[in-house]
Amino acid sequence: MEIIRAVLVAPFADMRANPAFLAEVLIGGIAAGLMYSLVALGFVLIFKASGVFNFAQGALVLFSALTLVGLMERGVPVWLALGLTMAIMVALAFAIERVVLRPLVNQEYIILFMATIGLNFFLEGFGEMVWGANVKKLDVGIPDTSFAVRGVLVNRLELTAAVTAGVLVTVLAVFFQRTRIGRALRAVADDHEAALSIGIPLKTIWVVVWSVSGLVALAAGVMWGAKSGVQFSLSLIALKALPVLILGGFTSVPGAIAGGLIIGVGEKLGEVYWGPLVGGAIENWFAYVLALAFLIFRPQGLFGEKIIERV
Amino acid sequence: MSRMPDGKPLLEVEGISVRFGAVHALSQVSLDVRRGEVLAIIGPNGAGKTTLLNVISGFYHPHEGRILFEGRDRTRLRAPDVAALGFARTFQNVALFRGMTVLDNVMTGRLLRMRGSFLWEALYWGPARRQELEHRAFVERIIDFLEIQAIRKTVAGRLPYGLQKRVELARALAAEPTLLLLDEPMAGMNVEEKEDMCRFILNVNDEFGTTIALIEHDMSVVMDISDRVAVLDYGRKIAEGPPDVVRNDPAVIHAYLGVAHE
Repeated sequence: MEIIRAVLVAPFADMRANPAFLAEVLIGGIAAGLMYSLVALGFVLIFKASGVFNFAQGALVLFSALTLVGLMERGVPVWLALGLTMAIMVALAFAIERVVLRPLVNQEYIILFMATIGLNFFLEGFGEMVWGANVKKLDVGIPDTSFAVRGVLVNRLELTAAVTAGVLVTVLAVFFQRTRIGRALRAVADDHEAALSIGIPLKTIWVVVWSVSGLVALAAGVMWGAKSGVQFSLSLIALKALPVLILGGFTSVPGAIAGGLIIGVGEKLGEVYWGPLVGGAIENWFAYVLALAFLIFRPQGLFGEKIIERV
Repeated sequence: MSRMPDGKPLLEVEGISVRFGAVHALSQVSLDVRRGEVLAIIGPNGAGKTTLLNVISGFYHPHEGRILFEGRDRTRLRAPDVAALGFARTFQNVALFRGMTVLDNVMTGRLLRMRGSFLWEALYWGPARRQELEHRAFVERIIDFLEIQAIRKTVAGRLPYGLQKRVELARALAAEPTLLLLDEPMAGMNVEEKEDMCRFILNVNDEFGTTIALIEHDMSVVMDISDRVAVLDYGRKIAEGPPDVVRNDPAVIHAYLGVAHE
């Protein structure tokens, strides 16, 4: 009885007792969730357009953040450094299309997947070779301090990150749904042959998706980097994006957002209210257990396409 | 007949051969498509009809021979560039964007007619929005024309086969093609659907003046709607001419009925 009470009743009583604190936890969860979404979005874009799971997305995040910090350390002002990094990410997309994707066209997806594993190691090594391997502080000029709104503490950095992520995600969703290039991207994902027949050049589309993924990776890199420093472990947040993808469905932009929010809020709530029961650290495994449950009961995710294979 | 061709070839296929390993899919096939006509390419299964269409639309490249479009050599162009010249096609097994709505499928077909800058599109503002609305109006006309208003918002993958074929035709028409290539537009349809499709093909030819080359396995359906018929068998062209002449050609009868040599 005692245990059931502690699990099912006490945490909710705590929430009611201190709504301002609950709001803070929720805001923290939403902020973290949007940042997970941002990383997941990079995966979704490439998966939609080419059916390839891009193992190197985490490395893209690390590489972009390293480049930005490296430029700033050499005295380049922040806005110029941001612009240069964006240009470098687009140039990288061109290079990836030319060197990795084009020679492997019409190959099995698993081969492309393995190519992205190679790309992952290359980018990590190359980034550290050029910019160095020590932990770097990224200061984008937004203080990591809080202000109070009606007794609820809000962190400036987290708020900025959440708003940026929200705007980016919305723009991408509209772009995909309503515009010429967005439709072309979805068309390529659906049927290569048909896309070619109506004049969509695959090469251009690939450059566009890898560029957009690179820019999304940069946004994620800046936010995570500003929070916890730019270091090798940045590429590991890709692992946190995996459960987000399983929840949201690999092909859905709205799914990536919803999945990120559910995981972000869920793990924060779990950590704060249920964590003490099991000695904490719920935050570390919550996402994966949730993903596992989804794999068993709803493998296509919340918004993914149900794949029916006929035998 | 008002839609009789003026005789000048729009597309000239000269001595095309395609091999897949040891299989000769096409051997020395020559064929003209005249401006404004409906040309049917018929033949038994495995005659090389789809291969020919794939060569014309740039999906395969021939081992020998040339393809001229409006007098210019374009043998080596790839599929997207061929589309940019004003070719549109459909596929034998229906290649729709299955996850997109009918309207989005048809809008995507209009892609080459649209221009826009990446930035405006990302913001969905200004010129990008205006352009989207203009093209939308044209696409709605095509949708009306093919009588698929009722399913505009339906996801294409959920439609019955006959309607999918019609949506595929709509997508091809959205590009306002000079030459429309149809790969077995009536395959797998019931009689009523076939009649509808015949009517649409004739209307497209009449109202838009689109030149049409279509492939059909079943000889009887195309005889009524085509100006000329070319017959392929085992990768070779065995006959070409007006439907009535081709119908009575001994080589064609042989190919279709498998009459034994004496």
